[in-house]
Amino acid sequence: MKSVTTAKFSLIAGAIGVVILLIAHAVGVDYLYFASYTILQFIVLATAWNILGGYCGYVNFGSAAFFALGAYSSVFIHKLYPLPVPLLIVIGAMVSGVVGLGMGYLTLRLRGSFFAIATLALAVVLQTLVVNWDFVGGSRGAYIIRPEYLEIGSFKIPYIEYLFALMLALAIIALVSARTIERSQLGFGFATIRDDELAAEACGVPTLKLKLIATAISGAFMGMAGAPFPYYIGYLQPSSAFGLEYAVNSIAMPMIGGTTSWVGPLVGAVLLGSAQQYATVTISSAVNLLIVGLMLVGFVIIAPNGIVGLVQERLRRKRS
Amino acid sequence: MSALLHVDNITKRFGGFVALDGVEIEVARGERLGLIGPNGSGKSTLVNCICGTLQNETGNVRFDSQVMDGMSAHQRTHRGLARSFQLPRPFHSMTLADNLRIPLLYTVHARSGPLRSPGDLTDRCHELLEMVGLAPKANQMPRDLTQVEMRKLELARAVAAEPKLLIADESMAGLSNSEVEDILALLMRLNERGITIILIEHIMSAVMKFSQRLAVLVSGKKIADGRPEDVVRNPEVVRAYLGE
Repeated sequence: MKSVTTAKFSLIAGAIGVVILLIAHAVGVDYLYFASYTILQFIVLATAWNILGGYCGYVNFGSAAFFALGAYSSVFIHKLYPLPVPLLIVIGAMVSGVVGLGMGYLTLRLRGSFFAIATLALAVVLQTLVVNWDFVGGSRGAYIIRPEYLEIGSFKIPYIEYLFALMLALAIIALVSARTIERSQLGFGFATIRDDELAAEACGVPTLKLKLIATAISGAFMGMAGAPFPYYIGYLQPSSAFGLEYAVNSIAMPMIGGTTSWVGPLVGAVLLGSAQQYATVTISSAVNLLIVGLMLVGFVIIAPNGIVGLVQERLRRKRS
Repeated sequence: MSALLHVDNITKRFGGFVALDGVEIEVARGERLGLIGPNGSGKSTLVNCICGTLQNETGNVRFDSQVMDGMSAHQRTHRGLARSFQLPRPFHSMTLADNLRIPLLYTVHARSGPLRSPGDLTDRCHELLEMVGLAPKANQMPRDLTQVEMRKLELARAVAAEPKLLIADESMAGLSNSEVEDILALLMRLNERGITIILIEHIMSAVMKFSQRLAVLVSGKKIADGRPEDVVRNPEVVRAYLGE
């Protein structure tokens, strides 16, 4: 089997990241940073969702909760003692990862739509908690004044460029992780859970343990995506952090791109994310969810296995 | 020598329905046991209790001198119990070779450490497919298989876990005579290699040919256990199958 090793893939992905950074710097338009940050954030969210939803077949409707947990961890720590954003990302990952593990533990015996409803309930519970928690702003929301520049010695980097670079790095880490999992023993185990849990157990796959690993990893990546968000947005309120668009996009992007491979969420996030950014500028931001809905309906009819599935099917037909 | 499998007085209820009522069965190492009984007599429930898919309420299951109660299905598989399902349950999104890779990765590795290189793994998958005559289809998907091929894949996947005891749950239902012969020959070969086998089957000619011993379940109770020729003449067994 011809395949690129993980090390090589990481190098290539890193190089592409550097090229994107250089191009963005050369263009130097602030709006471009803002728009691309959102798309990168969705790449992380979609990839994270896919680790549980695509690989294991457990549909999580509570993505927004994990994202918001990351964001609110940052707000909480910012109020106590402002730490560098990369550290906040690590903390956000830990908080959301632990909650993911807890959710996995509590919902282990739920399958299909029951699991999906439980995740939705988790989002509602967490949002209620945050709305009533004054320290992180409660329902009023919290302001985080973003510094104009990040200063490292004599270097001055515009803060939005810094956040963009961080999110780019996160997207690369998420994609490399997803691809590595997919090709490992863990990935094979995840796929057996998606296909048939009873048969998986009979083959010796510890399905409960693997499900916990999946919920923790998936949650952690969503928390990572959320951690820098308060700095990006400047003003965080529960309704935006727990917004419907995160839950819907995290599901729609992998579905449209294709759920069985790491490429799917990437393709879906870039496609849907760009379309939404374009619509926001040309029409209105309210059109975003409409676009997602229409595209989802379209793809479910035309390409139920997503764009990646469609391409694979074409290639298979061509070969035979 | 002690028995390989020792099922001691196990009971399983589903609500008010008693599916298994104090069943006792022993299977010796290397033995070929046939297990028969009318539909709904509790055969599959017994298999599920032995394999850990269901947990029995009373009694216990000892396998290879270890008490299995409370262990999950995958832990029992790791200890050398393997089963095939009545209705084949292949992993639909994987090729045949990858279907066999799963027990190798998760059971054989867990038992004896990851000794195998990726190349060895592929070779072993191929060997197993060769054994059931599916080698030419190694890279196809389960949906491309016929019914009999699906059953063979199911058996190959159970054997891939290198079990001490294999429980074949109706591997021949709905197959033609020559296909039944095929599967029977395969099971005989596996037994010759030292795998103890419990065969659950409705096709009596196959059961009689295969089994060294025959046990009969009716309404969750074992009503007969002994040499196949004697058991089929047992009046209670005849009554259960043919009525008064």
